Amino acid sequence: MSEPVKTGETLLRIRGLRKSFGSHTVLHGVDLDVPRGGVTVILGPSGSGKSTLLRCINHLEKPDAGFVELGGEIIGYRPVGDAQGEVKRLQELPSRELTRQRARIGMVFQQFNLFPHLTVLENLVEAPVALRRATRKEAAATARELLGRVGLAGREDAYPRQLSGGQQQRVAIARALALSPDLLLFDEPTSALDPELVGEVLRVVRDLALSGMSMIVVTHEIGFAREVADTVVFVDGGRVLESGPPDVVLNGAAHERTRAFLEAVL
Amino acid sequence: MSYSDADLLDARLAAPRRPGRWVSAGVTLLLAAMLAHTLLTNRRFEWGVVGRYFTSSAVVGGLELTVWLTAATMAAGFVLGVVVAYVRLWGGPVPRTFAFGFVWLVRSVPLLVQLLFWYELASLYPRLSFGVPFGPSFGSTDTAHLFSGELAAFVTLTLDVAAFSSEIVRGGILSVDRGQSEAAQSLGLGRLHTFRRIVLPQAMPAIVPATGNLLIGTLKSTSLVSVIAVVDLLYAVQLVYNADFQVVPLLIVATLWYVILTTLLSIGQYYVERFYARGRGTRVGSL
Repeated sequence: MSEPVKTGETLLRIRGLRKSFGSHTVLHGVDLDVPRGGVTVILGPSGSGKSTLLRCINHLEKPDAGFVELGGEIIGYRPVGDAQGEVKRLQELPSRELTRQRARIGMVFQQFNLFPHLTVLENLVEAPVALRRATRKEAAATARELLGRVGLAGREDAYPRQLSGGQQQRVAIARALALSPDLLLFDEPTSALDPELVGEVLRVVRDLALSGMSMIVVTHEIGFAREVADTVVFVDGGRVLESGPPDVVLNGAAHERTRAFLEAVL
Repeated sequence: MSYSDADLLDARLAAPRRPGRWVSAGVTLLLAAMLAHTLLTNRRFEWGVVGRYFTSSAVVGGLELTVWLTAATMAAGFVLGVVVAYVRLWGGPVPRTFAFGFVWLVRSVPLLVQLLFWYELASLYPRLSFGVPFGPSFGSTDTAHLFSGELAAFVTLTLDVAAFSSEIVRGGILSVDRGQSEAAQSLGLGRLHTFRRIVLPQAMPAIVPATGNLLIGTLKSTSLVSVIAVVDLLYAVQLVYNADFQVVPLLIVATLWYVILTTLLSIGQYYVERFYARGRGTRVGSL
């Protein structure tokens, strides 16, 4: 297994992450470093554990072993030490603490998961107001600005149902940005879209990358990975097979398995 | 046999012939005519008596209690039902089992039997004391004074509504896509906030029609309280006909009022359904 790549300050550290569903082990001890301000693209066949890995990062799935550390803080757990300073156990955080941590990590889902009973503006305003980050008025102003950034100015009062898939996903990105997270996770953001709508979403993600947002993107869009990623991570069978700059992993993959996957999808 | 295209294009489009419709319409109209005839000609309906008592102060008093009891038990019961549903879905193991047991017990015992139990509570526990469980008592009171017929009726119906509405609410919540609460969690929203603002409103379209049924059922169940001498609409008319023996006309008075109330509730349900359908792009059923 290759060493995790390090460029600049490390924002996210994943060590020894394991996860099973029943008797089926999905993650077999994953190590991964994500630098601040970088774009990490995770590639791999379906069922390789990419989405589970992503969902462990914001504790939507609880890992069985290993840990995720964001900016020096372990996600979902508090290390409890003994008198000698050795860690005795990882105590799961009370939901209030977990809630605070999750607000630092934005997530964009394959199925958008916009709140269908709320308008576009209400979708963006809900969390900042609930977390007392802003008054409703301030949050609405920020929301309008974000909607402009994703090319949806003027659609504040639409319900998600009235938007195309590409527009809904762009609203979902704006919603995730409304809390100004330290890290943004994308779980196959274009897989549920009609082919002609993929471009508009990827353009928004690319603009975010250029603005210096730290992101982890699970995707099947190799072209996007080649163009935007700082690091490409190839996952197969619940393990990181290799990771490195895109031209290294995509053009000169060390593993037979990676080469076979890239040949199949290109 | 072939027709010209021009003839086919000019031809009038006609619906298929349905002779069965004429037959069924005829039979139905005949039955309706018979019903109207007997209602008007059978003198024992005593429409004059119906009219005289329809808005009499005794009947209106009973009607008020029926409406009040339905509204109060439905409001309290539904709130309690939401809590029970929440506990059953997300509560700890012990509260969850308790909530399950509550629903099981209330659904298993006929409403009338429960009503009699609460009414007879005084004979089961003649005195009620307040204090530390299994410890000292700070004060006590006679349950006979505490549990009037009205209170027994309120408690029984409230618990009944709570048990049934908790199942309705639980089913509605389970129908909401998991991705919704995951999205809410990923935005740092707490569990209660997610439930109240994200999941519950989306469960409402599934909850409202069934709750409408429950509401109408509860309205009619209030008539059971007549057996414990609570003067609701039914007991009010019974008091009248026990005095003057006009049984059928007074039952018709009660029937008409129940029909009027149910109709009003159905109309209200239509508007509530329409409200919760916003953003869904689906049409609600007609009245």
